[in-house]
Amino acid sequence: MVEVLYPIASPKEGSAGITGNWRWQKPIIIYEKCTKCGLCWLYCPEPSFYLDEEGYPHIKYEWCKGCGICVHECPVDAMKLVSEYE
Amino acid sequence: MSRTLSRKKLVLTGNYASAYAALHSRVEIVAAYPITPQTTIVEKLDEFIETGKLDAIMVRVDSEHSAMGASIGASAAGARTYTATSSHGLFYMYENIWWAANARLPIVATYVTRTIAPPWNIWTDHQDFYTLRDAGWIIFMAKNAQEAYDLTIQAFKIAEDPEVRLPVGIAYDAFLISHTAEPVEMLNQDEADEFLPDPRNILPLLDPEHPYSVGNLPTAEQHYLLRKNMWDCMEASKKKIYDIGGEYTELSGRNYLKFIDCYKCEDADTLLVSIGAMAGEGMNAVDILRKEGYKVGHMAPRLIRPFPEEELIEISKNVGKIVVLSRGMSTGKGGILKDDITSALYKHKLRDIEVYDVIAGLAGMEVSDLDFIKVYKDVEAGKIDSKDVRFIRGEKYV
Repeated sequence: MVEVLYPIASPKEGSAGITGNWRWQKPIIIYEKCTKCGLCWLYCPEPSFYLDEEGYPHIKYEWCKGCGICVHECPVDAMKLVSEYE
Repeated sequence: MSRTLSRKKLVLTGNYASAYAALHSRVEIVAAYPITPQTTIVEKLDEFIETGKLDAIMVRVDSEHSAMGASIGASAAGARTYTATSSHGLFYMYENIWWAANARLPIVATYVTRTIAPPWNIWTDHQDFYTLRDAGWIIFMAKNAQEAYDLTIQAFKIAEDPEVRLPVGIAYDAFLISHTAEPVEMLNQDEADEFLPDPRNILPLLDPEHPYSVGNLPTAEQHYLLRKNMWDCMEASKKKIYDIGGEYTELSGRNYLKFIDCYKCEDADTLLVSIGAMAGEGMNAVDILRKEGYKVGHMAPRLIRPFPEEELIEISKNVGKIVVLSRGMSTGKGGILKDDITSALYKHKLRDIEVYDVIAGLAGMEVSDLDFIKVYKDVEAGKIDSKDVRFIRGEKYV
């Protein structure tokens, strides 16, 4: 008996592999300026952010592709993009 | 016996026969876009829905691409799904035709064969149909309205089989079958209900209780395994098709034990081969040639994918020549049906049989028994070489 294989996937962290190594620039959070508004967490398309117990955002660099949307959206300039290669 | 007697026999076109088969199969979703010569199938189904005979939803879409898209969604949600198209509609649908097969969705579709433009042409030509060969669909070619009805009912059972799960297409010729009325015996609704599985048992890929995404990026290895699995299931489907055909034969009294329809093949030295509406002319030609003393037969494969190789070999093992009339060509190569036959013969080491490649009936040119007779006599007289690709224009026009 042949068992049918279906092209289906259940949602799972990192199911597409370590996509973080596609990145050539890296977002960095400047925690002194962060107001914990959560917009970076909300806008991240991957999503590669998580919020800690105090509400501060953190980046999961294994999945972050370095698109920079979080940096663009941050209303208080608490984020910046740095080169991966410096 | 009383059940058989109570069956309805109506004079139906091929298209209405398909619509009745979908009705008796209790399809739940029909998504289609009109195109000649398919349109009257879904018009009839719409009538069944609007008059309350069929409890289904007709999805009125903006194109054939969307028709197959909606069918994919419906089938993925576990609905018994039917669509139909022709020619340019099939080509517009083509991307999703592959998606349906790769997603392993048990959609059933009727493809009424029609010439590809330019110039515009609505007459029959199998060129559109032959593009389905490699797509992972199980494909049938019906010779008449009765076969269109019977194969459509069987198609749902084959497609939904948990060990097959491949879409099934039933094709037949524009107008010669789609719009020509002939007597068609139909099953009683309770017989169809008994024959077909409950559509509620179709495994849904989309299930809110167990959320999955369909068709997301896999690794190359995962994707390879999915493709290989389609091959394995297509191979395994052969037995299922014969089993289901046997079951249907018992129920209907019509012969679906074999998927190559043979006519006077037993003692033949030469076999003529054609599919679809042409096959009737081929059988007429056999009758005429037999009266003249020629030992000739005709075979018409009804199942094109998976190709019924074993049956072909069994029929062909004692013949010297096979003359294949294809109503479609691989431009720069030759007749498409002929290639399927030669490769099967070669594979099974029947390499001494001469196979003749004839392309007939392109663009809706009429093919008559006279054409079969002329080609046969040319082959017998050595006027056609097996290296040739012979085009015939139609004896009635010469």
